[in-house]
Amino acid sequence: MEIEKPNLRVKIGSLNLQNPVMTASGTFGYGEEFASYVNLHRLGAVVVKGISMQPRPGNPPPRIVETACGMLNAIGLENVGAERFLAEKLPYLIKANATVIVNVLGDSIDDYQALAERLHGNDGISALEINISCPNVKKGGVAFGTNPEMAQKVTEAVRKATDLPIIVKLTPNVTDITAIAKAVEAGGADGVSLINTLLGMAIDSKTRRPVLANVVGGLSGPAVKPVALRMVWQVAQAVEIPVVGIGGICSAEDAIEFLIAGATAIEVGTANFINPRTTEDILVGISDYLKENKMDSIQKLIGSLQT
Amino acid sequence: MEHSLTRPSEVIRSEALGSDIFRLTIMAPQIADTAQPGQFVMVQAASGQDPLLRRPFSIHQVSGNGTVQILFKVVGRGTRLLAATTKGDFLSVFGPLGKGFTLAKQNKNIAMIGGGMGIAPLLFLGKWILRSGFSGKLIALLGARNSAEINSLQEDFNHLGITTAIATDDGSRGHHGLVTQLMLQHMDPGEEWQVLTCGPYPMMRGVAEICQGMNWPCQVSMETMMACGMGACLGCAISKPNDLHSYQHVCKDGPVFAMSEIVWK
Ligand SMILES: Cc1cc2nc3c(=O)[nH]c(=O)nc-3n(C[C@H](O)[C@H](O)[C@H](O)COP(=O)(O)OP(=O)(O)OC[C@H]3O[C@@H](n4cnc5c(N)ncnc54)[C@H](O)[C@@H]3O)c2cc1C
Ligand SMILES: Cc1cc2nc3c(=O)[nH]c(=O)nc-3n(C[C@H](O)[C@H](O)[C@H](O)COP(=O)(O)O)c2cc1C
Ligand code: FES
Repeated sequence: MEIEKPNLRVKIGSLNLQNPVMTASGTFGYGEEFASYVNLHRLGAVVVKGISMQPRPGNPPPRIVETACGMLNAIGLENVGAERFLAEKLPYLIKANATVIVNVLGDSIDDYQALAERLHGNDGISALEINISCPNVKKGGVAFGTNPEMAQKVTEAVRKATDLPIIVKLTPNVTDITAIAKAVEAGGADGVSLINTLLGMAIDSKTRRPVLANVVGGLSGPAVKPVALRMVWQVAQAVEIPVVGIGGICSAEDAIEFLIAGATAIEVGTANFINPRTTEDILVGISDYLKENKMDSIQKLIGSLQT
Repeated sequence: MEHSLTRPSEVIRSEALGSDIFRLTIMAPQIADTAQPGQFVMVQAASGQDPLLRRPFSIHQVSGNGTVQILFKVVGRGTRLLAATTKGDFLSVFGPLGKGFTLAKQNKNIAMIGGGMGIAPLLFLGKWILRSGFSGKLIALLGARNSAEINSLQEDFNHLGITTAIATDDGSRGHHGLVTQLMLQHMDPGEEWQVLTCGPYPMMRGVAEICQGMNWPCQVSMETMMACGMGACLGCAISKPNDLHSYQHVCKDGPVFAMSEIVWK
């Protein structure tokens, strides 16, 4: 049997994706930055930089530093705010025929809810990804994402505000990520995505100072992949809703490992900085893998891990 | 979509200009055809994942037959790997990126002031200025650690017919001291000057101070850590003057800025 065009379609709640390859928030700008390198409409979805109700300036520099097989960032959620996103960024993505997922963040439950209400009803937004996990902003994300009760409350508040599909993005900086995943599932999430960055730190031994102005930052890139893979595997077993795998994915092989571990879809992050074409390359690679292994559908791959 | 990432670029030539300074000539026609002086490229130093990120380098020269040059000093693992590349190797080179130098329309005299590896973009810039039919005075004031670091670069400028003055930290060539101390020796305050500079931050701050005093327009090329070089990561932020709660991004809004756009501290 020769497979000509394997079926790559996946579903997260009511969200239908033509394939499982998405971009990770904060690593793909608002999409437009990549338009000369990637056919945006070919991706499963473009997940845009995290948006807050009000614009945020972000943290003082230095904001990034390279570490072994990875990088630390403390961008501080710099973004243009909801109004400018809707007026200036979204129209481009609509014109480019991209499937758009908006990553949202807030300081309080009311904030998340108000933002979800504001985004609801705008043509061209296919789903929301709720960032309850960013480690960078002192009063923000971390409290929600590390406490099951709070994580559930945020999810419920957003659920009340919109019937758009909701993906809750989890932080790995917890003792038991499955407890958080179950809590947001109970709160009405259509899916979970993981992992956000791992909290880390770099020190300059010459100056005896932290390298980042924020002192600590989030670790991403190939260095985090084994941790991410383990967490995706654990969460996929713990919840019924689809899991989106994120963390150090640089190649089709990396992506396939996440799918085998139980991820329904994947997001490519730091790898976009090294090769802006990574997402499309991965898409082709997954399709080739399915053909080589005589699988007519991606569903045969998802969760196929044999232990 | 055809661009510099479609295929890796061949190293045509690798030269050592002193013990830790290297010049690579790379075949990259898409970059050579469109590059502007002051723009940069992101070069992947490793074939694997360590070091992970590309490294930014100013475009040092381009040629009509499609080659691009970078000039760099070995300061860490990435530059050490690049220094070891030889003719026939392939590198992934992404660019041209960023906003380069712009020339004021008036035929003011132009001083290019470079320190260390900040000299790299000035050769391309000098050629560009000459080719634009510029008829004023064009000089290059160049600062280096020592004579060995600057010898062959100075020749390259002189070869184009650009007058140079040199300052070295150890006095082994030219003025013994800072390149900023050459400014008022070589730039007649009675004339109108336009200054284009690239180098270490303290040097550019010194240049900007003199230019502010003399009321000379000045453009500076800034350096920060960069992950993407294309406006996606927001890692290359620097403060904006008069608005300390918002940032500009060196890879996209720069690397070349007017001196008034920089917070000098
Ligand atoms: C727009 C731009 C243009 C540049 N042009 C040139 C050039 O023409 N020639 C040249 O020699 N260098 C240039 N640089 C600096 C060059 O990018 C760094 O020297 C290089 O990335 C160091 O890589 P490494 O792996 O060898 O060093 P690493 O091991 O990464 O670091 C060694 C040291 O270099 C510093 N460093 C690392 N990355 C940078 C960076 N992006 N900017 C400044 N310092 C850094 C580190 O803080 C550390 O102290 C430019 C930088 C920018 C932002
Ligand atoms: C520079 C940078 C900025 C990021 N910004 C966001 C953000 O705004 N919102 C968010 O949910 N995650 C953000 N992330 C996390 C990524 O989306 C992703 O979860 C993480 O980097 C792990 O994936 P990777 O190893 O493939 O990069 C950011 C990551 C990086 C490196
Ligand atoms: S280096 Fe990534 S935005 Fe400038």
